Amino acid sequence: MLEPTAPPRKAPLDTRHQVETPEGIDLPLRPAGLMVRALAFTIDLGLRGLILGVLFIALALLGKLGMGLGSLLIFAVSWWYMVLFEVLRQGRSPGKQWMGLRVVHDDGTPVGWSASLLRNLLRFVDLMPFGYFLGAISCLQHPTFKRLGDIAAGTLVVYGERPLSRPSLPEAEPRRAPIPLTLSEQRALLGFAERQGDLSPARVSELAALLAQPLRISAPNTVAELNGIARGLLGPT
Amino acid sequence: MKQSLFESRHKAEWERFALALERLEHGKDTTQVAAFPKAYRRLCQHLALAQERGYSSFLIDSLQQQVLRGHQQLYRNRNRLGASLPGFILGGFPRLVREEWRFVLAAALLFFGSLIGFGVLVYLFPELIYNLIPADQVREMQGMYDPVAGHLGRSAERAASEDWVMFGYYIMHNIGIAFQTFAGGLLAGVGSAFFLINNGLIIGAVAGHLSEIGFGQTFWSFVIGHGAFELTAIALAGAAGLKLGWALIAPGRLTRGEALRHAARRSVLLVCGVMLFLLIAAFIEAYWSSRTAVTPLTKYLVGACLWFGMAMYLLFAGRTRHAPE
Repeated sequence: MLEPTAPPRKAPLDTRHQVETPEGIDLPLRPAGLMVRALAFTIDLGLRGLILGVLFIALALLGKLGMGLGSLLIFAVSWWYMVLFEVLRQGRSPGKQWMGLRVVHDDGTPVGWSASLLRNLLRFVDLMPFGYFLGAISCLQHPTFKRLGDIAAGTLVVYGERPLSRPSLPEAEPRRAPIPLTLSEQRALLGFAERQGDLSPARVSELAALLAQPLRISAPNTVAELNGIARGLLGPT
Repeated sequence: MKQSLFESRHKAEWERFALALERLEHGKDTTQVAAFPKAYRRLCQHLALAQERGYSSFLIDSLQQQVLRGHQQLYRNRNRLGASLPGFILGGFPRLVREEWRFVLAAALLFFGSLIGFGVLVYLFPELIYNLIPADQVREMQGMYDPVAGHLGRSAERAASEDWVMFGYYIMHNIGIAFQTFAGGLLAGVGSAFFLINNGLIIGAVAGHLSEIGFGQTFWSFVIGHGAFELTAIALAGAAGLKLGWALIAPGRLTRGEALRHAARRSVLLVCGVMLFLLIAAFIEAYWSSRTAVTPLTKYLVGACLWFGMAMYLLFAGRTRHAPE
């Protein structure tokens, strides 16, 4: 049960990508995988089709001028739709927004003009030889799910932050832990208390039983004791 | 310090920070956020403290989220595109082209080499063109440049009011080709080389064929003007692509990924210049090259001036740093 207070950082089990900021903070980014990105792209594709369709009907009424405008429009929508949305809307095209995704540089900063232009121009290679074949392969084998354009431009597609709601801690009398706890043990105990609302009672007592012996807590009301320790860690004892 | 004390002590500060974030994210009045960087750094400190003291996951996660959002705002890309554009056109772009002269030279050799080489071949052995372009397309093309037809361009009976249509078409078509030529470079340069040679061969074949059947006057007077911008732009797009490819083939002391990122950052600037060239080319093609009121001699003269100007621009512009930059 005893371990050093600052354990050496292990490779994470999940797909989180740590970025260290100039302030010395490790920010965890959560790269988005192939499926969700494909969905976002499909939404964008549909939206582009819709925009073009509506505008073409409007332009058809304008005759020749409309035709010229129409081809300018195809150009703008096919090559610039993504770039403009990504740069001006902080990395979110409508499809990405819908799926809760965002494009950022490798260092977690919002995507800029050159990186966005690059990743969208190189989409042409990702599409080859048909239907995003190269892009999908690259995305599947890369640790942070980058397609070729992302590799060259140094960008990531990550999940945006979801607002957190404060978990309600179960009521218990605050008390001191019987033995000094390490940081990770403290966090484990707090996590146990915070997540109790989402767990079934059987699972709660099963987890509590694991902690009972090393913490030298008597068997019958382990859960209440653990909650008490967690409360004690948070507030006055 | 216990977590609840820590929270109650800094709560007001965090709420103020969240408000500032909200304002920044929605691009509202950003004059009152001068204290933002300081507040952000304090938040970073609080996060570090919370982690170091083993506070609960909820507190750490929500602080982390705030820091992440703050990071997005503080390090946001705010370079003004408009402000850097004149400097780029006046000096930055030609300097970049000269710095990358190896790739520019290679791309120009591939493109103009295949263009001129195949053009001469088709001129000497006219039937060669049918190896490259189907017969009915050749016939259609002949119709376009037939000296008997009044107005030049993609369709013979086109009126001046349709210039606008063609402008749009040229932009879409040509910039699309340039983008493809660039992007193909990611396939170890093979894609760029392919598009360069392919376009060179087709343009060469058309030029050789039309000269050989005696439509040379209409063809050359039509293309010489915008060719200065269009052909140079295709060659430069190819050069940018080859640079990408070369970073993959010979990354030097960097890893391939790192080398690719470095190369990409420079080559995307080349592509920006290419886009500018193609915009000018489409403008000239739609509004000047297609005019029949101008004598071919004037067109040749103007075209020669444009080519000369282009060469001078790429060779000498931006050699001395001066005020406008």
